[in-house]
Amino acid sequence: MTEYEHVTDDMEAVVEATELPPRLKTEVYEALDRKAAESDVTIEQATDIATGVENRYIETRVDPLDPVGTVSAQSIGEPGTQMTMNTFHYAGVAEIDVTQGLPRLIELVDARKTPDTPMMTVHLDGEYATDREKAHEVVWSIEATRILALGDVSTNVADMLVRIDLNDDTLLERWPTHSDPSEVAAIIAETIEDSLGVNTRQSGTVVEFGPSEPSYRELLQLVERLREIVFKGIEEIERVVIRKEEIDGDEEFVLYTEGSAFGDTLDIEGVDASRTTCNNIHEIYRNLGVEAARETIIDETKNTLEEQGLDDVNVRHLMLVADIMTNNGEIDSIGRHGISGSKDSVLARAAFEVTVNHLLDAAIHGEYDELDGVIENVIAGKPISLGTGDVDLRMGSRVVSDD
Amino acid sequence: MQTPKVLGGIDFGLMDPETYRDMSATKVITADTYDDDGYPIDMGLMDPRLGVIDPGLECRTCGSHSGSCNGHFGHIELAAPVIHVGFTKLIRRLLRSTCRECGRLALDEAQRDEFRERYERAEELGDDQHDVLKAAVRQARKASTCPFCGEPQADIKHEKPTTYYEVQDVLSGEYSERIAAAMQPDEEEDDPGTSPQELAEKTDIALDRINEIMAGEFRPRKEDRRAIEKALDLDLTEEDMNKLMPSDIRDWFEDIPDEDLEVLGIDSQDSRPEWMILTVLPVPPVTTRPSITLDNGQRSEDDLTHKLVDIIRINQRFMENREAGAPQLIIEDLWELLQYHVTTFVDNEISGTPPARHRSGRPLKTLSQRLKGKEGRFRGSLSGKRVNFSARTVISPDPTLSLNEVGVPDRVATEMTQTLNVTERNVEEARQYVRNGPEAHPGANYVRRPDGRRLKVTEKNCEELAEKVEADWEVNRHLVDGDIVIFNRQPSLHRMSIMAHEVVVMPYKTFRLNTVVCPPYNADFDGDEMNMHALQNEEARAEARVLMRVQEQILSPRFGGNIIGAIQDHISGTYLLTHSNPQFTETQALDLLRATRVDELPEADGVDDDGREYWTGQTLFSELLPDDLSLHFSSSTGDDVVIENGQLVEGTIDEDAVGAFGGEVVDTLTKEYGETRSRIFINEIASLAMRAIMHFGFSIGIDDESIPPEAEEQVDDAIESAYERVQELIATYEAGELESLPGRGVDETLEMKIMQTLGKARDSAGEIADQHFGDDNPAVVMARSGARGSMLNLTQMAGSVGQQAVRGERINRGYEDRTLSHYRANDLSAEAHGFVENSYRGGLTPEEFFFHAMGGREGLVDTAVRTSKSGYLQRRLINALSELEAQYDGSVRDTSGRIVQFEFGEDGTSPVKVSSGEGDGIDVDGIVDRVVDAEFSSDDEKERFLGERTPATNLSEHTGPGGTKATETGVESDD
Ligand SMILES: [Mg+2]
Ligand SMILES: [Zn+2]
Ligand SMILES: [Zn+2]
Repeated sequence: MTEYEHVTDDMEAVVEATELPPRLKTEVYEALDRKAAESDVTIEQATDIATGVENRYIETRVDPLDPVGTVSAQSIGEPGTQMTMNTFHYAGVAEIDVTQGLPRLIELVDARKTPDTPMMTVHLDGEYATDREKAHEVVWSIEATRILALGDVSTNVADMLVRIDLNDDTLLERWPTHSDPSEVAAIIAETIEDSLGVNTRQSGTVVEFGPSEPSYRELLQLVERLREIVFKGIEEIERVVIRKEEIDGDEEFVLYTEGSAFGDTLDIEGVDASRTTCNNIHEIYRNLGVEAARETIIDETKNTLEEQGLDDVNVRHLMLVADIMTNNGEIDSIGRHGISGSKDSVLARAAFEVTVNHLLDAAIHGEYDELDGVIENVIAGKPISLGTGDVDLRMGSRVVSDD
Repeated sequence: MQTPKVLGGIDFGLMDPETYRDMSATKVITADTYDDDGYPIDMGLMDPRLGVIDPGLECRTCGSHSGSCNGHFGHIELAAPVIHVGFTKLIRRLLRSTCRECGRLALDEAQRDEFRERYERAEELGDDQHDVLKAAVRQARKASTCPFCGEPQADIKHEKPTTYYEVQDVLSGEYSERIAAAMQPDEEEDDPGTSPQELAEKTDIALDRINEIMAGEFRPRKEDRRAIEKALDLDLTEEDMNKLMPSDIRDWFEDIPDEDLEVLGIDSQDSRPEWMILTVLPVPPVTTRPSITLDNGQRSEDDLTHKLVDIIRINQRFMENREAGAPQLIIEDLWELLQYHVTTFVDNEISGTPPARHRSGRPLKTLSQRLKGKEGRFRGSLSGKRVNFSARTVISPDPTLSLNEVGVPDRVATEMTQTLNVTERNVEEARQYVRNGPEAHPGANYVRRPDGRRLKVTEKNCEELAEKVEADWEVNRHLVDGDIVIFNRQPSLHRMSIMAHEVVVMPYKTFRLNTVVCPPYNADFDGDEMNMHALQNEEARAEARVLMRVQEQILSPRFGGNIIGAIQDHISGTYLLTHSNPQFTETQALDLLRATRVDELPEADGVDDDGREYWTGQTLFSELLPDDLSLHFSSSTGDDVVIENGQLVEGTIDEDAVGAFGGEVVDTLTKEYGETRSRIFINEIASLAMRAIMHFGFSIGIDDESIPPEAEEQVDDAIESAYERVQELIATYEAGELESLPGRGVDETLEMKIMQTLGKARDSAGEIADQHFGDDNPAVVMARSGARGSMLNLTQMAGSVGQQAVRGERINRGYEDRTLSHYRANDLSAEAHGFVENSYRGGLTPEEFFFHAMGGREGLVDTAVRTSKSGYLQRRLINALSELEAQYDGSVRDTSGRIVQFEFGEDGTSPVKVSSGEGDGIDVDGIVDRVVDAEFSSDDEKERFLGERTPATNLSEHTGPGGTKATETGVESDD
């Protein structure tokens, strides 16, 4: 007996007799249950429904021996001709430039170690998501804060001193846990001492320091290095944009970052690690594993296509590309250095790129080409083992038997 | 007949010199090719034992004639060993990692085991084994002495491409001078210097010996040298480079034991390293380097032959000189020269080596160059082959053809043939083809007798030959109507770029297509050419009919919707026919439907003022629909389309209904009523639409974009006020009062705001223009219905062209601080940065025209870059995914059986049969509601809805089942 009130045993028997997968059977039960609650459903109708769904299911299966790989490759490659080449495009967030179009698609299938324009979408937890102050706290712990954001830097050549006039309000804003600006200034002074190896003098929000021996060059170098110091936040992240967005009917703050440091960001208090994403598939792979990387490849390719108005490409094609890229348990690129370069067949590799080297190496390693794949068999002039070439059925004459 | 052999696999390896000699048909010793009579010289490069290329000559090895002899290898005995350039890196690696004395790999047992294990692990994990090998070599190179025989190991220097030196530190020739200099006192540095006595004490060398050494009369031994160096803090050595001749290397490699090679990943059985040093050079068969006879009777030899001539000449000189006892220097020069020629024979694009050139200065194409690249053997002749039975010509449209058909010019049809197997039943037909001869269509070009002889049918012998044709003969007859051929337009970006069509033989010289197949091929008729292939066996023809015919490709696997459907004028036509639902008299109505199956009009929709019956456009359109079709959707024109029981009740039929790329009606028909019904509908809608557009008349001219003077004034005002706003922005900016947007600089903010303002100005100009265009304006009709063009195009023609952009910004390049010399420096105004305020119709000013050309140029460059980039992307994607195939168990695996997906696309749903946005495409609730709530009007409808049977596949335009030409027109066939 099912847990559905209005589904009779007979109906269940009818549905169970179909070839449907559990997912669809459940759907049929639910629909029958809903309908049977409103009006009578005869067993004949239930049978019709079950066969109807089953037929529709069977009809929409992918055909066995279908060369789905080539079809998917074409379905992604063909719209490539319609995409723009313009690298920069304003994405959903006008303030952050993101590589779009064909260059981004190429970057994804190349599995580039770092994307041209790394970025993260950081979702927030609980009150961090709703309270602007709290959200800003997260911003300040992500965005790299350098000295120029905190105050004015001046050099006093006569005394060989670098003088930093810190801005009270900025300090308190970026270090919300402190209420005294000079406390923060002390922290800053300490950071400077640690990273530049100089002694600093701090009074209030003014910090001064200079080279150990008076040297004009040294002084200028110190200023240069001072500008590079990250006082708060994550070094890789140049800028964070905060936006209020409506998600599932609720308004919440979402952060968009220029630059990415996925692992570090996930550890920050207030960041919702379950929804935060990053456009660098390798960072996702390192922090969340290969399944997440696969999902990211699908999402990123899908978004790239959608951004170009090619939203009609079936996701299943993108899934297949993502699956072959992650089939090894790590990310392989599409091309000479990845999937095509690591094929078993010498001829397939030689026919793709760097022909001669592959042949010479094959000779040294005494390789044997089994002629399994497609390209090898095209080269050898044999039928390929895909589609109708994979069926051992041939036309022949009928042998007349005695009986 | 010989049994065809099937290639089972290909083994790769090096060959040993003995094998070269064994398989050689002849030794080649002379550089001459032909004698004065034009006969190939014995033991020359064109020796007839190497195969034949001239017709009539017989191969002296296998006895066959040119065409059936594949050729045979010969060989050259090299006077001295030379290095194979392809292996220089490996040779270097081996020299560095093995002992020059005993040949063993300089790794002890523990290290060997470690690397062997790492290598196996890498193999298992599918990691790069190369990395392990490189690490092993690096480790072995570190050993300063051999762990087996203790011999000290010299470093190896590799001078590209093929020279190797052993580098050893030896005592410098000027050792005495260097010692003396070091012993001199140096006043500046406060160095008192060293006396010979002190040196003797420090070094424990006898003073006499020290004196002898300082006089340069005695070369200190190694220990003494070290002691002196230490005492005086100087270096007495210099690098000595001992050149390793290929013969030395060969001897060295012969000593490397097999088991050591395994550690380095070298297959010791098939590829001994000494075979990388050539002692015998195989001479490729004549057939791989055929000579061509020029018009003047002169022979022109292949590049490889030229190279081989060079090699043989040098080889001979080398031998002569050596026998004559020439000095070592000369021998070495010749050796290097021989090496150069063999190197360039293998690869003529080695960096640092001047390429061998033809007399004309063109670099020779030698072995590597033949294999490499797009036109090379692999990509050019093995992966992509040239084929017979193919034709190529310009395409042109023919709306009277079915979408399944292709018009083939008679001169193509008489050239391409199909093999007709003659039986008792078709012998008369076969004879008729032969009787017609090769020129008359449908004739025959060849016949084949049962004994295998092939006879050419000529105008002269055709009558005679026809009488001889019997059962069991084969006749190569011309293509006739109804034959299946493959049709293709490049670039073949998706599978719909290659489809099967049925032949309709036609006069004139172009291939003809129905215009509805333009979208899948991406074809137009501005000179596009397409290829046709005539299929040569029954298996191929059957597959083409069942799987590749155009009607089987109506749905695109990319988005699961129809890619074939009405386009351009078809859309305008259906729009005109249905939008305001016009009325037609009987004659008009019959004329509109004349190219369809409909030969009887339905009941009239009413009677007009003159008392004549009339039919509406919607009624006529409905005649093409199946009687039980019901659909609701919204059109691109913006109204709701309601089709109930095969009648269009309301709404405009436009792109969203019947267009290619997912027109609702076509999509539904294909998925629910089958490809054949859909093909009939598309054919008919195309002809109805053409009739309709011809009935109404449709043209566009310059007057259709003109707007009244008062509207023009309004446009001018709109633009004028936008200019003012831009000036205000600039003023605020210059006053330093412009507030920047978050994350943007002030400059950027200003640019963005100006762009925005001007964008709005163009839009309002467009709106003003729009108001003055009637609904019957042809440009408006085309834009609304989705036939062609957009309202933006109309805006630009009638209102204002708008801002021109380069790299997404206003035009900022050109002169210093300004775009053109017509403007003041740092002028930020709209007109100075590419805003085109005029419309195309009004005409552009010279400055505007120039800016417009800049924007246009960017578009062209973008397209050019994009095609090459996306082509490469496509090639890589296809290459990476080409082995994947759905299996009977629903999984996706590659051809070696590796599982990539357990179920295609996570649910096994075919992307062809279900539209992208529809999930798994099974509407369970919909099915339940329909079954329970609504009666089916007929069993047919019920069956269609529940999908218990798939409509039988129709295999031809001329035969059933389903809709065929005969039943479509309702006319019985005459024969
Ligand atoms: Mg064209
Ligand atoms: Zn032969
Ligand atoms: Zn040794």
